[in-house]
Amino acid sequence: MSPPALLAAVSGIDTGDTAWMLIATALVLMMTPALGLFYAGLVRSKNTLNTFMMCIGAIAVAMVTWALVGYSLAFDGTGSLIGGLGYVGLHGVDFAPREGTAIPHLVFMAFQATFCIITVALVSGAVVERMRFGAFLVFAALWSVCVYAVLAHWAFGGGWLQANGTLDFAGGVPVEMGSGFSALAAALVVGARKDYGRQALLPHNAVYVLLGAGLLWFGWFGFNGGSGFSTGNPSVLAFTNTLLTPACTLVVWFGLDLLRGRKVTAIGAATAIVVGCVAITPAGGFISPGWAMLLGGLAALPSYAIIVWRTRTRVDETLDVLAAHGMAGFFGILFIGFFAELSWNGVSNGLFYGNAAQLGDQALAALAGPTYAFIATFVLLKLIGAVMPLRASEHEEALGMDVVQHGEEAYVTGEGAILVFPEDGGTAGVPVADPG
Amino acid sequence: MSRVQGHGGELERVETYRGTTVKIGLAEKVRFEIAVSDEFVQPTVDALCEGARTGEVGDGKIFVLPLDRAVRIRTGETDHGAVTPVDK
Repeated sequence: MSPPALLAAVSGIDTGDTAWMLIATALVLMMTPALGLFYAGLVRSKNTLNTFMMCIGAIAVAMVTWALVGYSLAFDGTGSLIGGLGYVGLHGVDFAPREGTAIPHLVFMAFQATFCIITVALVSGAVVERMRFGAFLVFAALWSVCVYAVLAHWAFGGGWLQANGTLDFAGGVPVEMGSGFSALAAALVVGARKDYGRQALLPHNAVYVLLGAGLLWFGWFGFNGGSGFSTGNPSVLAFTNTLLTPACTLVVWFGLDLLRGRKVTAIGAATAIVVGCVAITPAGGFISPGWAMLLGGLAALPSYAIIVWRTRTRVDETLDVLAAHGMAGFFGILFIGFFAELSWNGVSNGLFYGNAAQLGDQALAALAGPTYAFIATFVLLKLIGAVMPLRASEHEEALGMDVVQHGEEAYVTGEGAILVFPEDGGTAGVPVADPG
Repeated sequence: MSRVQGHGGELERVETYRGTTVKIGLAEKVRFEIAVSDEFVQPTVDALCEGARTGEVGDGKIFVLPLDRAVRIRTGETDHGAVTPVDK
């Protein structure tokens, strides 16, 4: 980089766009701890910290892999299947504007990093309460590169789906379908919790779930609103649709809850917020506010159906990432094919406005994204499983992952706690009575 | 049934909170108090032994004690009748 670039504003940068994208990046990063809260409320109290820590672990691992190699593979060049290695270690990622935007390349990279992070965190929902933390971190590192970066390249980085004309505003392919169908594969490889289907395994704190969903929604304004990389019309449209769509999903979800159990449930509402936000993610900048409202209402139906169906199966995809993210993302991607409107998005019409080809492009993405995510995740976890155990023992699972994996408890009372002085040495568990 | 804390000789949990390391001497336990008529004593003991056994230290113990009197409040039945299941 030439020294003047450090001193003066670089030409081609829009300060308003950059200001918004800096904020949007921070908003999206916040979504990962928000997801941690959402997930932590849905598990049993003995697994609270471990569940939350998988999301924090995703930040740690995926940020590093992204900077080292993931960003380059996703966003360097327009190779059909995968990007290049030109940005490895963030080489050449600086203050100059990222091609196609008026924001510094560094900000673009950081914004995309937060997407990779939350997608890795999302997959953890399939394997909580039994997967070993160390194995999850290894999985997170490899998955962020082998699955997320590849799908991100296909959909946003100039890969074959984008080149083919698939519209994906904020990550229906890499983030939503990518996490959802990977979650299904992960649940199948890791296997069900030992008590799944035999005992009621209930959410331990519905308030965490609601608060987490609320913070996710708040962060999603950065996620969708930032995916135009500007303060221009696509961003404004996506931002407003992010308000409209989840509200409509909530209304329909309330109705479905009433029909099914005669009561509107809080955890159902939290789920509906996520489903609505997911559905508008791919479509945000491409459809009118009116169609966005319809999308919100309709997207509730398949996700609700999958949640009801899944819990009757032996598939312990624990926190329903497939239903909330995979299915709603799938629905949103296809919806663009019908209702994209050139007068709103300036890019393309959908079938409803006379362009049937767009639906074909969307259907291709809705087929390719899930297929790659499922197969790649399945193989990746089988490989990791061949070199290290993926899950804790039954005894450890019974004790709870917080104590076993982290040596902490979320709701520690201090009763019976004896201070251990460092000079005493022993940090290993010691039997106080000889069982013999 | 009540949730209690206790120590059955199992391994103590060692936990660390920002550099403060502690041994947690008490573990979460459940205590069952079950009143049954004489002919149900052995089946109850057998059922608990089967259901609660993991083979590890800390599975728990069963104590069988005599009861002086029992009254079922709803019907006023006493003793044997009060603690024997009703067929409906």
